[in-house]
Amino acid sequence: MRTTKIIALTAAGLLGGTLAACGGDDGGTGQGDSTGSITVKATDTSCEVDRNTVDAGTSVFSVTNSGSKVTEFYVYAAGDRVMGEVENIAPGLSRQLHVELPAGAYQATCKPGMIGKGIRTALTVSGSSAPLTDDAKVAAATDSYQRYVRSQTGALLDKTEEFVTAVKAGDVQKAKSLYPVARTYWERIEPVAEVFGDLDPRIDGREEVTEEGMTFGGFHRIEKDLWTTGDVSGDAAIADQLLADVKEIVTKANAEKLSPLQLANGAKGLLDEVASGKITGEEDRYSHTDLWDFNANVEGSKAAIAALRPVLSERDPALVKTLDTEFANVDAELAKYRDGDGWKLHDELTEAQLKGLSDAINALAEPISKVAAVVAQK
Amino acid sequence: MSENSLSRRRAIALAGAGVAGVAGAAAVGSAVVREAAGHDRSPSASSGAVEFTGAHQAGIVTPAQDRLHFVAFDVITKDRDQLAGLLEEWTAAAARMTAGHDAGAIGAVAGVPEAPPDDTGEAIGLPPSGLTLTIGFGPSLFRDATGKDRFGLAARRPAALAPLPLFTGDALESSLSDGDICIQACANDPQVAVHAIRNLARIGMGVVSVRWSQLGFGRTSSTTEGQATPRNLFGFKDGTANLKAEETALLRDHLWVQPGDGPDWMTGGSYMVTRKIRMSIETWDRSSLAEQEQIIGRRKGTGAPLTGQKEFDEIDLTAVGPDGEQVIPSTSHVRLAHPDTNAGARILRRGYNFVDGSDGLGRLNAGLFFIAYQRDPRTGFIPVQRSLSQRDDMNEYVRHVSSALFACPPGVRGNGDHWGTGLFGA
Repeated sequence: MRTTKIIALTAAGLLGGTLAACGGDDGGTGQGDSTGSITVKATDTSCEVDRNTVDAGTSVFSVTNSGSKVTEFYVYAAGDRVMGEVENIAPGLSRQLHVELPAGAYQATCKPGMIGKGIRTALTVSGSSAPLTDDAKVAAATDSYQRYVRSQTGALLDKTEEFVTAVKAGDVQKAKSLYPVARTYWERIEPVAEVFGDLDPRIDGREEVTEEGMTFGGFHRIEKDLWTTGDVSGDAAIADQLLADVKEIVTKANAEKLSPLQLANGAKGLLDEVASGKITGEEDRYSHTDLWDFNANVEGSKAAIAALRPVLSERDPALVKTLDTEFANVDAELAKYRDGDGWKLHDELTEAQLKGLSDAINALAEPISKVAAVVAQK
Repeated sequence: MSENSLSRRRAIALAGAGVAGVAGAAAVGSAVVREAAGHDRSPSASSGAVEFTGAHQAGIVTPAQDRLHFVAFDVITKDRDQLAGLLEEWTAAAARMTAGHDAGAIGAVAGVPEAPPDDTGEAIGLPPSGLTLTIGFGPSLFRDATGKDRFGLAARRPAALAPLPLFTGDALESSLSDGDICIQACANDPQVAVHAIRNLARIGMGVVSVRWSQLGFGRTSSTTEGQATPRNLFGFKDGTANLKAEETALLRDHLWVQPGDGPDWMTGGSYMVTRKIRMSIETWDRSSLAEQEQIIGRRKGTGAPLTGQKEFDEIDLTAVGPDGEQVIPSTSHVRLAHPDTNAGARILRRGYNFVDGSDGLGRLNAGLFFIAYQRDPRTGFIPVQRSLSQRDDMNEYVRHVSSALFACPPGVRGNGDHWGTGLFGA
């Protein structure tokens, strides 16, 4: 059962604050009953938005999931910059999204199964708006990414709770199916998680990096037990500790504001994670669910770049074009290994297939390594 | 740009006036004088620079350097312009690095702190070390395995650039063989050669992907008369009868592609064959000196033919011993590889020893990374290897595990010219 969460976001303190998008999930369960709200009917195969033009300012979307898969709803600006999103809308539920949209072109998007590019509807927002100053765009990047982090931490907490519950109940099958899903939210926001010292290795450390005197715990300890012996009867304390650690990091991450330079380095760092840990199958060596993490790292990198997009578009449009091309190339390469709503296992891929993925990541990571200097330039 | 970024060794580089302008522009064909007598194709010292531009590519008749890093790439883009753009970018980087400069225009340490350096830095402080970078294009660049014309270049593929036939005994591993593009980096300092390939591979990411690469040491051939003949890992002098830089007429007839041989873009170029030849070191070492000399057809100590006294004595293939047997056995390496046995075929060998550690049985994973240049492989390597692969007694001790053929265009001529100009040009 999902706990209700209220994320209060304000645009206070933001330069050019009138243009700061502000998204939040109000946790409502009504049927799009807010006055003037935009109704979105989501199923496993469709995403009906009841209008495609709105006025600049705050829009409220009421999303109802009448499909059989958990879905997500996003409002994307150019380059898939997330203006607002609601994660983890279970079948039968309705949720609302409040989002402030300046004039421009957007895409309202449902993601049944929480995967892929989603089902998209063009949305035109009209009205007058003052252009952002360069400094404001830099500042807006921080806020834009913070919104993204908060959307992910909510789902991370929910899915980790479900995972821990399944582990403690000894439901191995359910725990196995939840393992890569919970990790998806974690892997998307690793640049933030890494800020908090010990928490990252406690949650996500692999056995060989466990320091002397510490217990091998976290996701990978439970992964090992789930996939090697299938016996998690002794893991209750480890599971509890995992949840406590995730709760702590969620609280901290929600409060953290990454600088644009941290975002740029985070976008690169996520791809380095892919290149060094996921391509090799080291990350999820027992479950072989590395492609879930791979995809989540790429999505997280994309989100960080999307937050920086207004700055980058102004300062180095050619770089933005290259990044768009190479992100699309990575997505296309990854898409070859989709399996239902999930992914093929790492050990099902041939060396040649892994090399194809590696080439695509290298082609993206080289231009991404140039973003930090563009962001830093004055 | 600071002076530090201009070169790895300011003390040498800045000896010439106007260096900053030249290197700053990273101009092709304006390699900087690095040593007092270093501005030609025969560096006076092993640390000097070899001129990058010229009628032919450097790294072919250039006096063979001591170290090799060879790489073969697959082209992974489908975009012709992107590939041509990479060749231009590579050329600029190659011109800089062969002159002893950093790979990128900014340099290893002169950029902004937030950006990754455009040179990887491990060659800071090292001289040019005779670095040459030689490019070649493989048959698969023109048409893929299904026959598809990948970049509109199929009509430009020379007939001589047909995939090599399979020879008797070939144990080729496809992941170590062939490739769309190769670059041969030779230098007298292994770190300089590795630096060059590492930086070129980095520049190429997204356009090309490294298919295989090979490190080599201890040149196994001499390519000029001034160089002593080196030894391969069998312990024998190798390449005594090689084509040499001074043999102008022979080079014209056997090494350089002549006008009318094929498409114009290859005139002045040469075809490169590479073969990774694993040697059965341990069993060779247990064979008697007499057997070793019979197999090779030369004396192990002096390198002299079994019919002579000194290394460069002419081989007498007709000599018969007191026992009535041929002195140079019919199955010896030197006879089977000799031009007289192969309708006059001559090639320029430029190979290197390799040792890739040991294998799982504790055997030295070692041998010869054979490189040969010629005007046309159909009258060069192919007949020689046919002869060797069928009868050479040495086959008991060698196994060919990798094979590739590349068309190496003529040299880059100066400003505006680059590695892809001829191939992609009008």
